[in-house]
Amino acid sequence: MSRKGIVRRRGAGQAALRLLLYAVLVLFCLVYLLPLVIMVSTSLKSLGEIRTGSLISLPTQVSLDAWLKAWGTACVGVRCKGIAPYMWNSVLMVVPAVLISTLLGAVNGYALTKWRFRGADVIFALMLFGAFIPFQIVLLPMARTLGLFGLAGTTWGLVLVHTVYGLAFTTLFFRNFFVSVSDGIVQAAKIDGAGFFPIFFKLMLPMAVPTIVVTVIWQFTNIWNDFLFGSAFTVGDSNPVTVALNNIVATSTGVKEYNVDMAAAIIAGLPTLAVYVLAGNYFVRGLAAGAVKG
Amino acid sequence: MAGVQLEKVRKSFGQNEVIKGIDLEIAPGEFVVLVGPSGCGKSTLLNLIAGLETLSSGNIRISDRLVNDVPPKDRDIAMVFQSYALYPTKSVHGNITFGMETRHVRRDEQDQAVSEVSQLLHIEQLLDRKPGQLSGGQRQRVAMGRALVRKPDVFLFDEPLSNLDAKLRIEMRTEIKKLHQRLGKTTIYVTHDQVEAMTLASRIAVMDNGHIRQFGPPAEIYEDPRDLFVAGFMGSPSMNLVRGTLVGDGDRLAVEVRDQEGTVSFPLPAALAAKVRGKTGQQIDLGLRPEIITHHGAHAEGAMLSNFERAIDVVEPTGPDTMLVFTLGGAEAIGRVRSDEVVEAGRPYTFEVNMDKAKLFDPESGIRL
Amino acid sequence: MDRTAPERIRRRFVIGNLLERWLPKLVVSPLFAASLVFVYGFIAWTIYISFTKSGVLPDYTLVGLSQYLRLWSTPRWYVALQNLLVFSSLFIGGCMIVGMLLAILLDQRIRAEGAIRTIYLYPMALSFIVTGTAWKWILNPTLGIETFVRGLGYPDFSFDWLVDPHFAIYTVVIAGVWQSSGYVMALFLAGLRSVDDEIVRAAAIDGAGPVRTYATIILPIVRPVFLSAIIVLAHISIKSYDLVVALTGGGPGYATDLPATFMYAYAFQRSELGLAAASAVMMLMTVMAIIVPYLYSELRGRRR
Repeated sequence: MSRKGIVRRRGAGQAALRLLLYAVLVLFCLVYLLPLVIMVSTSLKSLGEIRTGSLISLPTQVSLDAWLKAWGTACVGVRCKGIAPYMWNSVLMVVPAVLISTLLGAVNGYALTKWRFRGADVIFALMLFGAFIPFQIVLLPMARTLGLFGLAGTTWGLVLVHTVYGLAFTTLFFRNFFVSVSDGIVQAAKIDGAGFFPIFFKLMLPMAVPTIVVTVIWQFTNIWNDFLFGSAFTVGDSNPVTVALNNIVATSTGVKEYNVDMAAAIIAGLPTLAVYVLAGNYFVRGLAAGAVKG
Repeated sequence: MAGVQLEKVRKSFGQNEVIKGIDLEIAPGEFVVLVGPSGCGKSTLLNLIAGLETLSSGNIRISDRLVNDVPPKDRDIAMVFQSYALYPTKSVHGNITFGMETRHVRRDEQDQAVSEVSQLLHIEQLLDRKPGQLSGGQRQRVAMGRALVRKPDVFLFDEPLSNLDAKLRIEMRTEIKKLHQRLGKTTIYVTHDQVEAMTLASRIAVMDNGHIRQFGPPAEIYEDPRDLFVAGFMGSPSMNLVRGTLVGDGDRLAVEVRDQEGTVSFPLPAALAAKVRGKTGQQIDLGLRPEIITHHGAHAEGAMLSNFERAIDVVEPTGPDTMLVFTLGGAEAIGRVRSDEVVEAGRPYTFEVNMDKAKLFDPESGIRL
Repeated sequence: MDRTAPERIRRRFVIGNLLERWLPKLVVSPLFAASLVFVYGFIAWTIYISFTKSGVLPDYTLVGLSQYLRLWSTPRWYVALQNLLVFSSLFIGGCMIVGMLLAILLDQRIRAEGAIRTIYLYPMALSFIVTGTAWKWILNPTLGIETFVRGLGYPDFSFDWLVDPHFAIYTVVIAGVWQSSGYVMALFLAGLRSVDDEIVRAAAIDGAGPVRTYATIILPIVRPVFLSAIIVLAHISIKSYDLVVALTGGGPGYATDLPATFMYAYAFQRSELGLAAASAVMMLMTVMAIIVPYLYSELRGRRR
């Protein structure tokens, strides 16, 4: 509220309050950063140092062994090829799922707002509902359906699942954007003789670039971070990286290698973290737009 | 009673200096209007007076008290905002009493004050409503009510009428003027509308680019503008400016304007000629307000008149008058004739100009001569 | 020739027009159909299964409410519900308080606000599985905070909630609030920023200090943010699955089970399809009890 230069009384009290304010903000920064710092520092320590050293001490000897092991040789279940193949699984799942769900959501949102036909609102409301259901309610029939189509345990099965259930969000994002676009633009284009798809590809999509970015980031983050579908619908070799990570961490056999766990966790989190750092504003906009849904 | 003094006031936002050293002396009870194009710094200046922005340098005094570091609430001011800034979650009553609540005014005094201002502004029947349920004009009244109950020394208005439709704007303008006449409180009023400035002000400060170009009573600003900017900004349609050459000798000087339709000579009255003696042969800007370029016989007896003929490009009837658009000296110009003149676009028309009211400007500096 | 050419053009035009008119519907209908099948069809199937005696395999014999009766006589379900109550109320409360506080503090013309905001919000970009790994390590009694504090010279310090059946659920709350409070901060900050500057200025002229300005002017204006934040958090807490799996795996025993982990365990580990379906239906009903009135008021409010 004092974000503008409103004149205030000056004095020691104000200065002290200001100091306190910054102290609290910095304290919270530490709270939020600490787990990440501990993860990174632990991943760079040797096992011996982890046992003897303290939680927050920095590594005395930086070692990348844990990272190399997490990437290439750590055991997930009985398969000891590290986390790399599962990263690849996640990439193969996330790229098509994000692209397809975004494109379909864009067309859908466009058709529902700019070519309003009778029942368009009802259709939207019914589709939007899909964004609110707890996915547990569809786990069982989905597992059977994937089995029926021979997609059980495959990456393509997961692509299908994420596309279908992402559609509600992507449609919502694009609908909200296209609602704000003036109908006059579409009318003018129609008078100029452009049809449904020309208007979409030549006029609407270029206008919607920010929404596309928001949607892609939102879908990417959600699908990459998904655990429920991944653990329910895949087994072993086809696990996405979140499931594989959990398997590494949860393994109770043999010596517990915490540094490898941490390195694996960071590797698994790196893609979404990178997107967040590079395109944080779009990420926040997605969160705000998704606030209607949850 | 409270006056307001500004002394070498400056304000910068980062590298960008918005107010570039303003001195202004506002007498108690005055109604001063700050007018200027958008971005000229008039709202910033008002916010500085209110304490809503912090000065970069200079001094502001209200009732002879230095208020540079005094928070807004202790400056004895009240302000009406452009968006009205009503608290949307509070009722009209709550909006009006909020300031008194923060100052712990007794409840019965609050009620007394509310009933006074609501009667004054005719909003008694709105007290229980929320701002969202009010029309633009009603919101405007509530915003004024909120300012009035403070019983401040100085009223500040920041473009309070710009969100109203044309008819309501004129109504509320009169209302504000009545209120000022009745209460006699010092008022500083920001607007970009020069008609509002002319009608309301006891003195007008014309601002441009962080400076005050001219500060004076409305008639002076209109009749005696200091430079081209003030002359062009005040008045609608704005003053015609014609580039010409000064010709003649002694006291018999004239401005000669040439274009494709021929040469027109505007003889200068003695008073004007005295100011440009010795500049014969030089270029000069002649300023003629539309209402002095008119039909034959419109001017007061004894005025120094001059005639010229031009083909009319466009005829714009406004009701009481008709605006005639023509070209003079390569620039578009407007004359104003009574509505029963028979004029046709494309045909020539003979104008009569009252040269007593003509102005001359130096084309280089824009300063009036 | 002269008569047929325009005729042909006209006909093509009509067909083109017809296609254009149907195209939007043609595009929407497969997507709508997919949603009908994968959302509504699947929900119907799950509901149906919850009324059958399905075990390892689906069995379409209806048995009425018996799966629900079994569910409601399963102690583990009560543990899950109780945990949900504890978790969701503390999680929502914690996120709201922390998020709102941070938003208000950040709204005070803070230097480096952008950087601080980025730090508060980054956990939202990470999977619960990733952050859960870190928290598991920090909260681990023999390796984490407990040992650390003991090393500082407090040998009697004890912090073993993670492995204590009575307290383990609170560790889930801690990790959950840490992860999601930045989100509430972002929502509130956006809300605070959307409040008209002139209103804040009017309050300053009216003499309201910061506390009064927030409490009586600004926060009431951003009231819709409270509602949507609470709805979103409630939704997250009901669906919470990966957080528990990563942190405690539902343990010790099933002390930290939530309905989401309960459902998963009965569906995929114990293969009690009917019971799992019944629990999923209970989850859906809970979510709908929260969402439907909210959506209804939202849509109605927008129309007004």
